[in-house]
Amino acid sequence: MSLMEQLNRKALSLSVPLSVHLDVTYRCNERCQHCYLEHDGENELTTAEICGFLKQFAATGVFFLTISGGEPLLRRDCFEIIEFARELKFNVKLKTNALLIREQQARRLRETGVEQVQVSIYSHKPEVHDAITRLPGSLSRSLAGIRLMRAAGLKVTFANVLMKSNARDYPGVQALAAETGSHYTLDPTITPMLDGDSSVVAWRLPPEELRAVFRNQRLVGNVEDFCAPPPPIDDGIREGIPCSAGHTSCYISPWGDLYPCVQFPLPCGNLRQHSFSEIWAGSAQLGEVRSIRAKHLSTCSSCSHLGTCTRCPGLAFMEGNMRGPSSADCEKSFLRTGVVTAGMLAGHAVSPLAPPRSGLVQIQLPSSLGTLQSTSP
Amino acid sequence: MKDRYVARSRTVAARQLGEEMVIMSASDSTLFNLNPVATLIWQAADGRTLLTKIVEERICAAYEVAPGEALRDAQEFVAALASHGILLLADSPIPDSSAEPVKRS
Repeated sequence: MSLMEQLNRKALSLSVPLSVHLDVTYRCNERCQHCYLEHDGENELTTAEICGFLKQFAATGVFFLTISGGEPLLRRDCFEIIEFARELKFNVKLKTNALLIREQQARRLRETGVEQVQVSIYSHKPEVHDAITRLPGSLSRSLAGIRLMRAAGLKVTFANVLMKSNARDYPGVQALAAETGSHYTLDPTITPMLDGDSSVVAWRLPPEELRAVFRNQRLVGNVEDFCAPPPPIDDGIREGIPCSAGHTSCYISPWGDLYPCVQFPLPCGNLRQHSFSEIWAGSAQLGEVRSIRAKHLSTCSSCSHLGTCTRCPGLAFMEGNMRGPSSADCEKSFLRTGVVTAGMLAGHAVSPLAPPRSGLVQIQLPSSLGTLQSTSP
Repeated sequence: MKDRYVARSRTVAARQLGEEMVIMSASDSTLFNLNPVATLIWQAADGRTLLTKIVEERICAAYEVAPGEALRDAQEFVAALASHGILLLADSPIPDSSAEPVKRS
């Protein structure tokens, strides 16, 4: 078991919120076509409020602090907040588009001890990246900021969200990351807007493109292992928690609302009304989230992918049931392995590449579990 | 080994989790999990106290251990953390450290 896994287990056993994602603003200087946020900036938390909450986070045991937005550097007090967080010894990760990074800011971030900076880069082609951000010149400016941060000695990660409009550009983004000495992560998840509007989901990667991603050795490593059919399910998996959201991590909005995760818009309390520890320990909503074990999931508990699926409880919640399947993750499990999911059989998720649902669908499971048969309605 | 002053580096992230201390180096992102004894040394590393005094006052006072053995272990420990830039070692007090007093829980 890695040290990070040990750390998470210990935090879980002590009910410690190890990680907090804090959005300090929803205002942004880009207008990304797939963004899940409204860019309202009214009544945001003040500097004093945020610093007070940071003290509460530290006292409760929070170690990893992600400062994000919107574009966090649009706040004039962003450096003050980051520096205060570092005084409190948080491991700070900053998510920014780097448009406002100049040499002075890059140096200041490095001197403050920010552990890493993540920047979303969508394509190596300016016309594609700038069309997604809806800001002409944004790729060039973001890359300039990245180079300044790298020159200052900061660890930078390229976050490459994949969608219809940039589906084939990830090799170019990978090359840019390598050229600048940066890390690279790829994310094919497009999240519905926090107000429930799911129109942005139309930007999700087409299934055939996602399947190709899962079979790209440069992205997933050993393709055979990555795409292997799910292994047998044991009691450890059935008794496991579906996700760390609400257990060892949570999300705070620019108004102090606490949610289990940025992708899980279940309001659990507001820091302007209650202390962080009061909400963390006493929220009925967090209590409900924490009560759910894999065996309690309404459809997924009978799915052969239960132990390996990336099922997001927040996406499931946005589809109407935090205990139900997340159709996007059903699709990912299917496209990765070729094995149909219980959610697909139950009609929660349909992939154009899935076998037709009419007639008898037979899934071969590992021999120890026998053969599951299900008849479509 | 020569007695030295030890101070916590200002570049690290650190948090106490139960009786243990979690530390991450900002320079190489290495994660450390200090056991309760090592945590006592970390907390006492204020840049103004010699390692022998830390061992005597914090370790030997709290654990049944021979002073010589405790000091050898402590020297190995601080040398390992210093190699990752997590602790600073010096022959004289370290004034510009981030070594604010840490409250013992």
